[in-house]
Amino acid sequence: MPAGTLYRGREGMWSWVAHRVTGVLIFFFLFAHVLDTALVRVSPEAYDNVIATYKVWFVNLMEYGLVAAILFHALNGLRVIAVDFWSKGTRYQRQMLWSVVGLWVLLMAGAFYPVLKHTLTTWFGK
Amino acid sequence: MSTETSPVELVSSSQPHTGKGLSADGVHVIEPPRARTPRTPRVTRGNFEMWAWLFMRLSGVVLVVLVLGHLVIQLVVDGGVSKISFAFVAGRWASPFWQGWDLLMLWLAMLHGSNGLRTVINDYAERANTRLWLKSLLLVATVFTVLLGTLVIFTFDPNI
Repeated sequence: MPAGTLYRGREGMWSWVAHRVTGVLIFFFLFAHVLDTALVRVSPEAYDNVIATYKVWFVNLMEYGLVAAILFHALNGLRVIAVDFWSKGTRYQRQMLWSVVGLWVLLMAGAFYPVLKHTLTTWFGK
Repeated sequence: MSTETSPVELVSSSQPHTGKGLSADGVHVIEPPRARTPRTPRVTRGNFEMWAWLFMRLSGVVLVVLVLGHLVIQLVVDGGVSKISFAFVAGRWASPFWQGWDLLMLWLAMLHGSNGLRTVINDYAERANTRLWLKSLLLVATVFTVLLGTLVIFTFDPNI
């Protein structure tokens, strides 16, 4: 990469980029999610119909992606708060980012089976 | 020659109105970058951006609890997404606690996300007109979604 084309480019910048991207993705999902939930006001059938799409395997996979985005945004958001309000926050921002990444990997591994259970059991049986 | 300190008082250049920063013979040591004059406009903006910044942090902490709790309930326990249905929603919203949980989560998440997207629009939309249109659209979508969600929670009828 040519020099001067990347602002800083280290953990601080990339976590900022990831925070933005996950934030925008979550927000767009939230719009859709409030709308689909609003169907409980129409009829039980309309709601159960739209919920059926949540149980299609690739939508189920996207739910795992949603969990990934939310978990990163939540953990990194706590890191941002620590950077802003903890007197040593800026000094340890890098260590905190790698803690966030480590915790995120652990939680994602733990969420794999519960979140994708619906798809896994329909594919491979109980 | 000695190394006595100079008679010039070293002051921040940010206080040119005090007349400090001048040497004894009245010659400027540091040129005041922005001298305040009676014609300098007063700051008329409020503290909106500071309050928005603070809101992002406060709502963020609360949302960590509300949203992660929501994910565990909807996607992890009791068979994950398999068990979600109208009956499941009716069971949860029979309790004012879960109604309040979802209502607070709806408002905080929408305002948090909306303010975040406002920042993104301000950062990337370069033309003033584009910013205005995008933020107007964002405002309409946000108000609509928050009101719709609120209405649904308050008027939910399990015997529909």
